[in-house]
This record gives sequence, C-alpha cells and structure tokens, in this order.
Amino acid sequence: MTTDKTTHNRRSFLKASLLAGGGMMLSVSWLSSAKAADKLKALNVPEQWSQLNGYIQITATNLVKLICPNPEFGQNVMTSLPMMVAEELDVDWKGVVVEMGPHDNTKLGPQFTGGSNSVRMYWKPLREAGAAARQMLREAAAQSWGVPVDEVTTKAGVLRHASGKSAKYGEMASKAATLPVPKGTKLKAPKDFSIVRKSKKNVEGPKIVTGKPLFGLDYRAPGMLIAMIQHPPAFGMKLKSFDASQTLKMPGIKDVFSLKLYEDGFEQGGFDTRTFNDLLVVVGKTTWEVMNARKKLKVEWEPAGDTKDTMTGRGGKREVTVPGELESTSAQLEKMQEWSKKPAQQLRKDGDPETAFKNAAQVIERTYNAPFLAHNCMEPMNFFAHVTDEKALLVGPLQAPGWTEPTLVKRLGLPADKIEIQMTRMGGGFGRRAYGHYLIEAALISKRAKAPIKLIYTREDDMTYGIYRPMYTATYRAALDANKNLIGFHVKGGGIPEHAIHANRFPAGAVENYLAEGWEIPSNITIGAFRAPRSNFNAAAEQSFLDEVAEAMGKDPIEFRLELLKRAKEAPVGKNNEYDADRYAGVLTLVRDKSGWNKPGNEKYHRGVAAYFCHNSYAAHVVDMVTRDGQPYVERVFSAMDCGIVVNPDAATNMVQGAVVDGIGNAFYGSLTHKAGAAQQSNFHNYRLIRHNEAPKKIEVHFVENDLDPTGLGEPPFPPVFGAVANALYKTTGKRQYDQPFKSVLDKRI
Amino acid sequence: MATYHLKINGKIRPVNVDPSTPMLWVLRDHLDLPGTKYGCGIAQCGACKVHVDGVAVPSCQLPVSAVGKQAITTIEGLSARGDHPVQKAWIEHDVAQCGYCQAGQIMTAAALLKQNPKPTDEDIDAAMSGNICRCGTYLLIKEAIKSAAKETAGSSTRK
Repeated sequence: MTTDKTTHNRRSFLKASLLAGGGMMLSVSWLSSAKAADKLKALNVPEQWSQLNGYIQITATNLVKLICPNPEFGQNVMTSLPMMVAEELDVDWKGVVVEMGPHDNTKLGPQFTGGSNSVRMYWKPLREAGAAARQMLREAAAQSWGVPVDEVTTKAGVLRHASGKSAKYGEMASKAATLPVPKGTKLKAPKDFSIVRKSKKNVEGPKIVTGKPLFGLDYRAPGMLIAMIQHPPAFGMKLKSFDASQTLKMPGIKDVFSLKLYEDGFEQGGFDTRTFNDLLVVVGKTTWEVMNARKKLKVEWEPAGDTKDTMTGRGGKREVTVPGELESTSAQLEKMQEWSKKPAQQLRKDGDPETAFKNAAQVIERTYNAPFLAHNCMEPMNFFAHVTDEKALLVGPLQAPGWTEPTLVKRLGLPADKIEIQMTRMGGGFGRRAYGHYLIEAALISKRAKAPIKLIYTREDDMTYGIYRPMYTATYRAALDANKNLIGFHVKGGGIPEHAIHANRFPAGAVENYLAEGWEIPSNITIGAFRAPRSNFNAAAEQSFLDEVAEAMGKDPIEFRLELLKRAKEAPVGKNNEYDADRYAGVLTLVRDKSGWNKPGNEKYHRGVAAYFCHNSYAAHVVDMVTRDGQPYVERVFSAMDCGIVVNPDAATNMVQGAVVDGIGNAFYGSLTHKAGAAQQSNFHNYRLIRHNEAPKKIEVHFVENDLDPTGLGEPPFPPVFGAVANALYKTTGKRQYDQPFKSVLDKRI
Repeated sequence: MATYHLKINGKIRPVNVDPSTPMLWVLRDHLDLPGTKYGCGIAQCGACKVHVDGVAVPSCQLPVSAVGKQAITTIEGLSARGDHPVQKAWIEHDVAQCGYCQAGQIMTAAALLKQNPKPTDEDIDAAMSGNICRCGTYLLIKEAIKSAAKETAGSSTRK
C-alpha cells in the first residue's frame, strides 16, 4: 500500500486534482500494482496521483488508489467500502490499493463509523463515485481517440474501442481528472456485480499479521511525550488539591498539572459526553515511567455535589443537573424498583390496553434487569496530539471525527482548517470511540505541555472511567384471554440514566391493545452507545418474555412469533411500526429451517431461539446448549440475517460469528457494578470476557438472499444472542433468567 | 537505570532502562517494535505475548532485568516476509476484525504448534484461552490454527 503524503494533508488533498500529471513511464503491470506501489516507495519515486474524486486516485503508471472514508474498527469497511467503488469503476480488485482517507467531510461524506451505518450510508455515493470516474475515463479516451464516448467500453481497468484502440486507466487518468464530473451516471444492476457479493480479504490483513503500527497506540512522532490522567476514584468526586513533589522526582517525568476539560458553561453537544471534568495530568518520557510516577501523586478528592451541565443538540439548549450522589449498584436496583411503580411517560398506546388487562383470564408479568457494561475495546482509549498556537494535529482511534472537531475548535480557539484529525485503525470501538472527549483531553494536554504528546488510558482507566451501557430494567405484561389468545401487551421500561424502550418495534403493530412507557433516573455515571444501544437490552428482555408467553399459550416460540408477524403484516395495529414484518419473519423461517428446529436429530441440545430487528437489519439465532463439565455451554449456533445485499460475504459471516461470541460472553459475564461511586471491576481479572474455550464449536451463518440495498451488520446480530441464550438456559436448567448477567447459573453445578 | 543487551528477533539490541521495565514497554517505547500490544498489563488478555526461547509469554509481566540471554521473538520477527504458516493461515481464513489482539493470538498459536504440531481442539482451547478477542474471532482462529498445523505437517512430510 502506498502512503501518499499529500493525502494526509487536507489542504493539499483538496488541491490534488490540480497536480494531475503523469509522465511516469515506468513499466508497471496492472496486476502487480500493489507490489509496484511498494517498489516505487522503495525507490522514493514521487507518485503523481490524478484525483478523479474524493475516493479515487490513479497514477499515469496505472496504480489505482481507493480512499476509505470511514474509520475502521474491525467491521471491515476498509475493504467493503472500496469494493463498492471498484465495482462501478470497473477495475481489477487485485490491483487496487486502499488507503484510509483524511478527515474531510466535504469530500468524503459523513465519515461516521457507528449505528451499523457505514455500508448503508455509502452504498449509493460510493457506487456513484466509481461510476462517475469510469464515465470520465471513457470520455477522456473518447476525446483522445476521436470516437463517440458510447463506443468506449471498459473491462477491469482497460478502456477499449472497436477500432482496436485500448488504454489502461492510468493513461487517461490525468485527462479524465480535468473533465467535469457527470451526474446521474447509471449504476449496475445487482445481477451484473462482479466484485460486490464476492468475498474479498481484509486489505489490511498482511499488515495486521506482521504487527505493523496501524493503531493509535502505535503512533509515534519525534519528541513525543506520554501523558496519563489521574481521575477521581469515584463518580461524584472531584479534585480538591494535589501534591506532585514525589511524582516530579521520578525519572522521566516532565510535568504534572491540572486542567479543566470543559470550561464552566461550556455547551456540550450530544457526543461531548465526558466522565470527569477535572484532569490531573502526568507527562513524561515513557509509558512505564509515567505509569509509575502517577502512583506517587498525593491527591485529595472531594464530593462534587450536584453540578450543572449546559447541553445543546437534540432537545435544544438546556441546563441539566447532574446529581452528586455516590451511587452503589444495590441502591440503584432498589431505586429502579421504586421508580418502576411510579407513573411513567407514555411512549405509545394502541387500542385499550387497560380494559384488555382488566378482562384478561391470565396476566403474565415479568421484570428484567441488566447492569452497566464497559466497552472493553482491546485497545484502550488513547490519542496523539500536537497543538501549537497556529495549528493542531491529532492522530488516533475515533469513530466520528466530524462530531469532535467542532469541540476542538471551541476548546483550542483554532479554526477548523488549522485542525487536522487523522484516523488510525481502531482496536475495537463498539460505540465507545464515538465520544471524543479523550481527543480533546489530549489536545489540551499538548497545548499546556507545549509538546507533542500521546494520552494513554491504562486498562484500569479505560474500564473505571468509561462511557458505559446504561443500567436497565423493564417490566413486561401480557394479557391472555380464556382461549389463551394474546389480547394485550404492556412494557414499562426504565434505566439509569436512560430507558431502553423502542416503542414502535415488534411486538408493537402485532397486538390489538398495546402500551409502552418509559422513565429515567438521572445519574452521574456516564453512559453512551454500546454495540446496538438499548436493543442489546430489549432483545434480551422482550425475547425472553415472548418465549415465556408462547409457553403459557402452549405454542412453539417460532410459530408464535410468526403468527404475530402475520398479524403485523396483514392488519398492522397503530402507526409508525419500525420493522418490515416480512423480513422479520424471513429470518425466523430461515433459522427455523436451517437449524432443523423441532426436527429429529437435535435431541442432544437444549435449544433457545430469539430474533430482533435493529439498525435496519434483521437477525435470528437458534442457540444449542449442552451441559459440559456440569456447566451450560453453547456448543452450536445457527444464525439467519437479512441485511439486504451482502457486500463481502466471508467478512459478513465473520462479523455475525463475532457478534454471537461477544453476545454469549456479555450474556454470561458482562457486568460493571459500583460501590460509593467507584467501579468495582477494573481489569480482565474481575471483568470477565468470553474466552476461546467458551466459544461455540460451530456458528452457522445464513443470509436471506435478496437485492435490497445493503444495511449494516456490526450491531444487528448482537442483541438477540442474549435472548436466545436465556431461552436455551431455561431449557437446560428449568429456570428463567431475569437478571443479566446469567453467570449465577455458572456458579452452580447442573 | 541499567543497560541491557537484549537478543530480539535475532539481533542484539542495547537498551538503557529501569530494571523493572516490562519487556512490553521496552519493545514498544524503546525499540520501536509496536507490534506487541498492550491490552491489560496484568497477563490476563495475551495481547502482549512474545516468544522467550520459543515459549509464548505475556511481555507485560516480564521485567527486562529477567530476560538475560534468552532470545525474544516478537510478531515483527516471527518470519522475514510474513509467511510463517500461522500468519499465512490467518490471511487465508481472514481471521481479523479489529486486529488488535491478533499479534498475541498468532504468537501464542505459533508457540503451540512448535510444541504440539497436531493439536486437538482441546489443546487449542487450553493454549489459546489466555488470549482475549473482544471481536469474537475465536472460531476462525481455531480454523486457522488447524490449517497451519496441516501445512506444517504437509511440508515436513515433503521434506
């Protein structure tokens, strides 16, 4: 892969098309261009890239570079997004070089990795970019050859005309770059795809397996110092005073200081969420020196009391009171119980649920609870910053540079065009890196230290100083008539500090009398998006509950759901139902058929099923549990997905398998608890993640085949895993699971 | 501070550091070998595993003063061209998602195959369970290890 300095500097990137030129007459064969790129780099030959648009650059020597707009955190966008460009550009994938783009929302779109949106959001623009560039190359050839453009064809990066004329893209690239960008170029029909839908290997695979410095934590710059933050020992505390004299005597230590992340009255946008505002910072030469010196700080902390944050964004500008209480999990659970009995905000109502429940022959009521979860990205939070009076360079792992840049502008007092954010590969994200406070912290530290610095969170900092999945509860009620028909459904959900209820999701639309309510308890514990936010709780609670309702009705859990979906399709109740009942039913029938649900041959297994729709895709899993060494063990999983067109099938399968493994792990173990505001788990010795020996032996992934525009896979397969595991555990142990995580089951021999 | 002459990836590399410095940080901060990853610092995740005389150990728990003459191999030195059978198998199975833990996974797998060229599923679980992958690529890791084992066995038969 080539590294072209010009693409890492936004201003020259914008000018790059003016540099279109060529004259590089090195003999480079198309197919070996990736190797050729390395060769050129080794020879130190400056490449001149013709930029056809923000996503496509071609040299006269016929190297094709595709720019990935979105930061990569393992969802494989550096491969799947360029595949879409290549499909329409009509180039040989083997010769393509992929590079992570600079932060440039004007040229490269929203550049936001999250919400399972990358593929969905870029599906059209990237294919249009490829098609437009191909059209420009054809036009350039037509002009050069004096033939009508319609007669110029392309195949795998070569332009041809019936007269026998032909040229590689590279030969026409500089001319093409000067042509106007066509609009409305026709895109391929799915049946004509030759790259999309064909598995392509991760373009960064060779670098990953050889340990190349791809990640933020690997980034180094001359004169770079290391910085760490000493944060308060508990949520609800703040810095009172500190004595750094011992720390400053330690080898390698340059400075210790405190500063405020946001000044008083700072207007926080939705993604400015931060844990602590007082930063006590140690700066030194090396990581180990700073780690050790930080331990020598003598710090006095004090209760912060109630504080006020000024919020902007959704909901308008408003003052929010953050309670100062030092919270404990046991008290939080009690508080949630108490609040669950209070009147709540009505989120949706269909029919007359009150009467339905009054007239019911049987009411089933169950309450589900789930704890805070820490993201535990394998690469802890970190960012490089070099801030001077004139400009700022920031390099590191970040999901949404466009959301953080305005905050940098405000906090650094520099205009946006003086701030450059480079996005490295991320060692996981799962939503955590959508909150760029650690980047602002790094920038302020660099400015104060007057040096290039890298801010590093230790694992303990990362876990105890997080932006967690909220703590949730929900009470579900089902009303059955004397004939065991479902005549009413009620969900009342709450959370600290937000509830998880998606009022317009299934089974809304499928039940005549329906009520959804929500309530929220404010907290100083910081929360944010965590792989399929809210859905990751709902799919556990609701899918466990539906299993129990089906059982009470004497119905097969899959057939029960299919009946509800049939109703939702044929005579939908209410408005704004978010899901497509056909596609929802489609994944259920697919997983039923592929797993041989209720078919002989599976007697060895305790089977649990769950399905869910979120982030525009549909997922269903059948979890096959056995008892191994006296413990429940998920030995086999069948998954069915509907995400429309599957852009990169093998990688998509990998994503689904990973989500299943991650889901099983979080269902059994995921839990972050607090005592007097302090996180009770700090590292992987007391926060369990799933390990090799606990992963299923087989996860069979099936995709519904259709030609619908593709949607994402990072989140949708994750939530229903919790429900399927809970339902399989019931079959295994005879006990329903109401409280996440389910690890209590593992403590007892079955 | 003390000076050590460490044998790393076949070369002698002098460093001048505090004797307590874990090899993880010696590699990353002093020797410009960032392929070895920091994940937990307490030998729970395996991201920092390197070979010490052929055995995979978490470098976050290995003080530089304890290394002595033992040969250390990092992911950067596992093969000259990224073509160790385990690395090839990782590419073939397209194992990585985020990729952060994979250097540790690969080093652990390579050490396992050296010691046990035909591991069973249980052997693989036992050897690999110290390595966490939050992305959940465990199934592909196992497949890749089996492929690498086959390739190693195949090439030794041919010899």
